[in-house]
Amino acid sequence: MSEFFQHLINMLVLGGTYALLGIGLTLIFGIMNVVNFTHGVLYTFGAYIMFIVVQQLGLNFFLALPVAVLAGWLLGAAIELTLLRPLRGSDIDTTMLVMIGAWIAMQSGTLWIWGGVAKSVTTPFPEAPLVLGPVSVSWLRLFVLAAAALLILVTYLLINKTSLGRAMRATFQDHDTASLMGVNVDMIYTSTFAIGSSLAAAAGALLGPVYVIFPQMGDLAAVKAFAIVILGGLGNITGAVIGGFILALAEELGAGYVSSGYRDAMGFLIIIAVLIFRPTGLFARAERVG
Amino acid sequence: MKAIITILAVAALASVPLWLRDPYLLNALITTGIFVIGAMSLNLLLGFTGQLSLGHIAFFGIGAYVSALTSLGFDVGLPGDVRLVHAPWPPIAGFVLAIIVAGLCGYFVGLLSFRVRGAYFVIVTISFAEVVRLVALNWVELTQGPLALTNIPSIALPLPGVGELTLRTKLQNYYLVLVVALIAYLLIARLVHSHFGRSMRGLMENETLAVSVGIDVTRTLTIAAVISAAIAGAAGSLYAHYIRIIDPEVFAFINTVTMVIMVITGGKGSLAGPVVGGLIFGLLPVALRPVMAPEAQWIAYGGVLIAILFVLPRGIVPSLAQRFRRRRTGRTAPSPVALAETAAKEPA
Repeated sequence: MSEFFQHLINMLVLGGTYALLGIGLTLIFGIMNVVNFTHGVLYTFGAYIMFIVVQQLGLNFFLALPVAVLAGWLLGAAIELTLLRPLRGSDIDTTMLVMIGAWIAMQSGTLWIWGGVAKSVTTPFPEAPLVLGPVSVSWLRLFVLAAAALLILVTYLLINKTSLGRAMRATFQDHDTASLMGVNVDMIYTSTFAIGSSLAAAAGALLGPVYVIFPQMGDLAAVKAFAIVILGGLGNITGAVIGGFILALAEELGAGYVSSGYRDAMGFLIIIAVLIFRPTGLFARAERVG
Repeated sequence: MKAIITILAVAALASVPLWLRDPYLLNALITTGIFVIGAMSLNLLLGFTGQLSLGHIAFFGIGAYVSALTSLGFDVGLPGDVRLVHAPWPPIAGFVLAIIVAGLCGYFVGLLSFRVRGAYFVIVTISFAEVVRLVALNWVELTQGPLALTNIPSIALPLPGVGELTLRTKLQNYYLVLVVALIAYLLIARLVHSHFGRSMRGLMENETLAVSVGIDVTRTLTIAAVISAAIAGAAGSLYAHYIRIIDPEVFAFINTVTMVIMVITGGKGSLAGPVVGGLIFGLLPVALRPVMAPEAQWIAYGGVLIAILFVLPRGIVPSLAQRFRRRRTGRTAPSPVALAETAAKEPA
């Protein structure tokens, strides 16, 4: 039984960052109708920013997280302006292939700059884990959970309580009407992509120190993000959060009780099962953002 | 005219081993040829039905593993204390089984994934390939997992009255790949120009309209998927028996992307497109090897894919063909295709 509680704790920590990844992708997918294959690279990018700021520049660990969020925001905005804005109105396959090209170029760039050797980040947290009865959890993981929860809350407020969020929701429902109402749709697209990218970078910056950092780390993260988006339904932020925790639970239980080799298969199996039995996602009402 | 170009191209390709003695280059040509077969099979789905299957490497890998396991034999335990033992069969049987099993997998994947379209279809196909990769990685008893299947025998052709011809040298394998590629090319060409091919293109242009004129969309797509998967399986089998070692990395997503780049660059929906794109991207690493690190090459490939989509969205072969046609007819007016494209780009 204590093993089961340990899996639940791990699920919470993992699920928080998965939710961040999923929210970013579901915003981009839902509002812009772009299948963002660079999402995983932005996750990797966030982790490397963490590595640069903490290990190479020797700056504070807690400072590195906002830096990673900001860097992800800038890189996302740059990708949107250079690659997606000129292709506005072209079919989804073309943008998808362009994003695949960008993903390959950027991932190989990471490999070229930092090499294939895995990097690790030293953290200011004590080695000894926090022991709560039968379960134990490291302080770093607790911090990851808290930071992820904070970022999810900020994103939720941004989408639901600000005028930018209202414009994003309007664009999601009908971008022509939104544009008639005076919404600068181009600006909304760039903001959406930048926000989604910064959330992916944040997830990478949070999970990078927990595991190790290497150029291909984002590939699985990207597929997991797709699984979360499909579980939660297109453009559904609450769905993405719940989807993140469901995927984390499936992985924990799969790794714990089936075989650890199939941990990463859970996301794919969820994708296949959901798309076959309930293609609109588990929590789809009418499709909307928020 | 087209037939003459095709015959000349085949003759040129067939003559290569007569003047090219460098084993490294010949090796590059053989692996390129195998990937061109894979790209041609991908083009059948991507270029003629409009379905972007990003899990295509799964069929290639399944073909490779089926063929290798058939010719190596295996002994695995199944649930319920059953042991499945298979004695080695000749590699040529592995080749045939690879085609059949990959085709069957194409049938089931098609049946399941054609219920969704667009982005969802793409994601289902990626997931399928990744699940297969994880099974190949973790079912160590059958596949040796990351330790790889080694010592896969070369293909041996049974010759009536003479015995067997084992294709060990690069020269023999080159002609084997060339012949299989030619058969695949002719099969796809025949299919595309048949009634069935018109159904495929009809539903690519406008699925609702295709349904309304009585095209059974799911059936058409599934048949295309079966043939496409079977050809990819054949390519995988050739790969296994030529390289003679396979590990789960054969299922890597990057291999699908390589095929996609070949098809898009050469021109999707054009028969010669994957061949041209495949030769360019198969041989480019050879040309770039002395001047660029592999990572830098991949950066360049990503850049080329983006550039092609921006500048030549229809690919090299269709763009060249159009230019050639225009010059011959001396027309200055854009062709009907170009007109239709401009019309499509107008905001609705």
